[in-house]
This record gives sequence, C-alpha cells and structure tokens, in this order.
Amino acid sequence: MSRISTALSAPFAPVRAYFRKHRSFGIFVGVALLSIALPLLTRVPPFDGIQSTNAWVNAFTTAAIYAMLAMGLNVVIGFAGLLDLGYAAFFALGGYTYAFVASPFTGVHLPFWPMLLAGGVVGAIFGVLLGAPTLRLRGDYLAIVTLGFGEIVPITLMNADKFTDGVNGIGGIDKPSIPGILQFTLTNPWPMYGLVIALFALIMIMIYRLQDSRIGRTWDAIREDELAAESSGVNIVIAKLQAFAVGASIAGIVGVVNAAKITIVTPDQFRFAVSISVLAAVVLGGMGNTIGVATGAFVIYLFQSILLKQLNTLVENFNIPVLNQIDFLEFQYVLYGIVLVLMMLKRPQGIFPARRRMREFAPLKIGKRGAK
Amino acid sequence: MLKARGITRKFGGLVAVNSVDFEIPRGSISAIIGPNGAGKTTFFNVIAGIYAPTSGSIELDGKPLISPPTGSGREPILLILPTIPFIGLAIYFLLAVGGDAGLVEGVASVAVALLGFVGALLLNIVRPAWYNRLIKRIGVTRPARPNDMVVAGLARTFQNIRLYKSLTTLENILVGMHVHMHGNFIGALFITRKVREEEAAAEQRARELLAFVDLAGMENELAANLPYGKQRLLEIARAIASRPKLLLLDEPAAGMNPKETEEMTALIRRIRDELGITILLIEHDMRVVMGISDHITVLDHGEKIAEGLPKAIRTNPKVIEAYLGRGAAAGH
Repeated sequence: MSRISTALSAPFAPVRAYFRKHRSFGIFVGVALLSIALPLLTRVPPFDGIQSTNAWVNAFTTAAIYAMLAMGLNVVIGFAGLLDLGYAAFFALGGYTYAFVASPFTGVHLPFWPMLLAGGVVGAIFGVLLGAPTLRLRGDYLAIVTLGFGEIVPITLMNADKFTDGVNGIGGIDKPSIPGILQFTLTNPWPMYGLVIALFALIMIMIYRLQDSRIGRTWDAIREDELAAESSGVNIVIAKLQAFAVGASIAGIVGVVNAAKITIVTPDQFRFAVSISVLAAVVLGGMGNTIGVATGAFVIYLFQSILLKQLNTLVENFNIPVLNQIDFLEFQYVLYGIVLVLMMLKRPQGIFPARRRMREFAPLKIGKRGAK
Repeated sequence: MLKARGITRKFGGLVAVNSVDFEIPRGSISAIIGPNGAGKTTFFNVIAGIYAPTSGSIELDGKPLISPPTGSGREPILLILPTIPFIGLAIYFLLAVGGDAGLVEGVASVAVALLGFVGALLLNIVRPAWYNRLIKRIGVTRPARPNDMVVAGLARTFQNIRLYKSLTTLENILVGMHVHMHGNFIGALFITRKVREEEAAAEQRARELLAFVDLAGMENELAANLPYGKQRLLEIARAIASRPKLLLLDEPAAGMNPKETEEMTALIRRIRDELGITILLIEHDMRVVMGISDHITVLDHGEKIAEGLPKAIRTNPKVIEAYLGRGAAAGH
C-alpha cells in the first residue's frame, strides 16, 4: 500500500518541492483550483440532483466562511493552547460593526472594503480586552470565562433594544460593490463566492506566515510549557494577547463578510452553538493544522446543511414509517457529540494531525563554512 | 558580577531562605550545595525571577534585578488600565442621558469607552517615552518576571527537564533566541528582507549551538524523542541561546551515568572558557561539584553556613555536620 502511494507521488516530488519553497503561491494555486473544481463537480450526477449550481455555490461560500472561522480559532486553541469557547462573540462583533455603518438602521452607508479592516480592528481590540483579565487562567477555567463572554455578547445585543433592535437584528445591510464594475446581489452568488475564496486564501497565507515567525514560535512555546517559555525570555502576557487578538480579528473580518453576505445580523446567529460547531471543526480537523481545520469546517458545514437535509427527503421518499417521523436536522448536535467522543477515543490528534514542518536543509558542516 | 544581599523568602510561616548574602565573581563557576530541603532551589528560583524575594536585593552587573523593569510601557496590562476611567465615564454618560438614550448617544458612549484604550495604544506607539513617564507618574508598576531576567542576562535550566517537547531541537533553540530577535507582525506577514535575514542568521547560530553541545545532525528530531542525556544538553543549549551573562544550572548531572557526568562537566567548563559565561549550579553529585567549582556556598535550613574553595568546604566541620549529623562531625 505504502509502496503504491510512494510510486504514485513520485512524479509529483518536484512539484511538491517547488510549493514547499513557494508556499504562499502554492496556497493561491490550490485554493483557486479547488474553487473552480467544486462548482464544476456540482454539475456531475449525484450532486446535480440535490440542488442548483447557484445554491451549491452559496453553500460553498458559507462553508468557506466557517472554514475561515475555524482557522482563526485554531490560532488561539491549536497554536497557543488557549481553550476559547466564546469565539462566536468576535464573529458577532464584526458583523454588528458592519451593520452599524452600512444599513438603513443607522442611516450611515460606509463602503464595504475599508470596513473589512475595521472589523478586524474591532475584533482585535475586544480580543485583547477579553484576553487581559484571563491571562492567569488556564485550561478549564479559561474555557468557562470565554464561555461567559460568548454568552454576554449576544445577550447584550439582544437586550440593548435601542441600539441593536433586539431580537429582530439589523437588516438591509449594504452589499459590497466595486464602483462602476460590479454590484453584489442576493440572487447572484458568484461575486461573493469569489470574495470569500480570495479572503480565505489570504487568511490562510497570513496564518501560515505567522506560525513560522518569531511570534508563532512564542505561541508554540507557551502551549508546550509556560514556565519554560518565560525562562526563555518569552513575555507570555504579550504572546497570549497576540494570539487572542489574531484569532479575534480574523473572526471580526469574517463577521463583516458574513453580514454583507446574508444582509442581516441577529443575536441568534451568534449563539453558543456557533462557537461549538467551530470548535468541533477544529478538533475534528486536527488542532494546530491550518489546512486540516479548514477542511474539517468545510466538510462539517456541508454535511450539516446538505447531507442531513438530503437524508430527510431520502427517508420521505422511501416512506419508512418510523424514520419518517425523524427530522435529521434536529439531530445535528447529537451527531456532533457522537463524532467528538469517537474522535477523542480513536484519534485525539484529529483527522489531519499537525506535523512539524521539517527544515530540510543540509546539516551544517563544522569547520567547512565555505563548502555550502 | 551577581550580588545578592539579604535575600529572604517566606512561604507563609516557613522561612525557606533566610537573609542570604551571596556573590558570584565574573567568569567563575560557583556552586550551591546543601542537604535536601536546605532552600537551594528556592534561592535559585528567587534569582531566576520565578519567586519575588520577601526582602533583599539582587544586582547583576551593578543593575538591580528586582525592580520595575524599564520597558514596562510595552506592558498590555498598563494599556488596559487607562481604559477603565473612560469606561466609567461612558457608563456615567449613559446614566445621565437615561431613558432618552438613542442610537447616537449609544454609539458615542461606546466610542468614549474605547477612547482610553485607543489613546493609550496610540501614545504607546507614537511616543513610548511619554507613555512610560505617564505610567511612572501614576505609579503603576509590576514585579519582575523570569522573562525580564532573561533580558537582563540570566538564563536557566530546570531540575526536571522542561523542553518544548513537540518542537524540533532546532526550534527549541530558536525559541531560546527570542529576546535577541526583532521580527514583528508586519515582518512576519510580508516576510521582509530584514526578517528573512534574521531568521537565516538565527538558524545558522542555532545549528552552531547544537554542534557546540554535540547534537549536530539532530536538528529535525523532536525534543521528546531525544534520550535523557541529550535532552539535558538541549536544555543547556537553549539557555545559552539567549546569550546570557550568567547561566543557572539546576542539577545538570542528575540521573546521569559516570561517563555522561564526565561529559557534562567538560561541557560546563567549555561554556565558561569558550563562551565566557559565568555559571552558577546546584548539584548533589559531589564529584561534579568538587571537580569544577571555583567557589562553593553551602546552605542549610535556609541559611548560609559556609562558603569558600572546594578544599576548605570539604573539611569544614559545619558542612560535615549538616550532611552527616553532629556525631560524624565530632568524629564518633
């Protein structure tokens, strides 16, 4: 088996070597190819019967939004080892930020593109504000505090009627546009698909670069051993806040995109369930592996939004009496629970475990500096 | 080089270290010995910044170690503190407006609440010196932490090895070099030339350090997969990577066989001779201590009972008494 796989991968060795050296370019190429291949795939039999290509593309867009959230949460959990159960709060803050400055509710209509950045900044600020008081907490204790924060934000948004219109949320949010060239609409999913895919690639490149930088190493160090990290000169306060800020700013940016996509934000979109499903994606994909968690989130979203729905219609068609009563969509969280428990038992490192990137250079020859 | 005066550390009612005066000359290898529970490790941790001393002062190269660090303006906690009055102001504002609060007032109060944070952040970035002065004027400080000690020129190893187990040996060393690198977010995201050069130089230096402790060729090995003796070597290499003036070794030869112990002794000597780093060690193995130390301090029940050259320590009746009991000291 392994011999077959090595034989199969042998011709690709030069390609792999090239992309290992030019990783950012590789990510762009890979994401571009996938983003073209996926819509094409939906034209092929088992998939074309489920829903129209436009509906598929819309689903892919949302799945990619979840995947970006998972990559952001992975920075906090997988890299720095800080268990954050309130991640949806930052997602909400990003969404409401954009809703405030681009909707009839406030009457302000700022352009979309700079607001992407603003969402990131708002996310980062709240990330630091949440991170600062929790610095001394670890593991379970940190999880409880972040869980609280994750509840406070949507509940505040719900109860601050005057400023957020409570449970109704803020609707009619502006769609992005490129003046004179392109106006995003609700009926045409393609421009938003393109935007999300581009952002996805950018965020992935950004995260990979951060991971390999001096800052990423401090995250590794505090995850492995805080005391040792401090004794190596790492300021763990700053390192943790940086991790919180990066994770939160990604959620903020994604929140802006999400608000612009569905044109409405309500507190209900950002409840605990969102944090949990993103966390499930991170655990399932393999903590610490950026591509792994992105894939995990993508698959989980498609599974819950399409396969479970399909299951319902399938069972209805067969007319099986007992199963007919069941709405499989309601069993989503039961399935999450089962999958998470099974993963923890059988494969705690995730489907795609993080592997240290080896530095593949020739070993240093002492005394022969010139012969390199 | 290192001067400690009247170091006392209490844990509740227990006095672990009691007014110890201590001095290490530059370029020496000094040792602290003492029976179990004598307060060696506590004293060590006080010097390394893990515990703040209850009283006493420590100087490294004439600079006090236990005091508010100079770069405290970069401290995020100090960034949060100015935010609090503004949040209070915003709440007061909202209460004053009361039931008439509309959208504009709401947004305004949020803006006011964030003003302190954003202002402090901007001031910190644009004029760090002003910010530091402001913070000092207000009187906000924080106790020194181990990472401040590393910046001051102190590095340490641990009695029970603490490596970053899922990182490779090379990455372990690179983390050790953290304080001497300057890569920031912008540099990391755009991989500027400066960052690339810095990373390449750091990697070169890390390989040299690995070769120095005889771990050449193991760059890509996970730290957890190294045998025990090599893990100790790696930990020492990681400590040296921060270019310390003073290296603290906590039982470097613990759990080693005689051959490994001999190699460790030779390595410690080489660190002093070739890298010019002053060394302070705690050790139970008397052959190691007597073999390499220039200067030995003996602690017992938290107090210094003797110090001097190895030869003098070996025959000091107080030391023999501490280790073997009164009877043995009297020769019975």
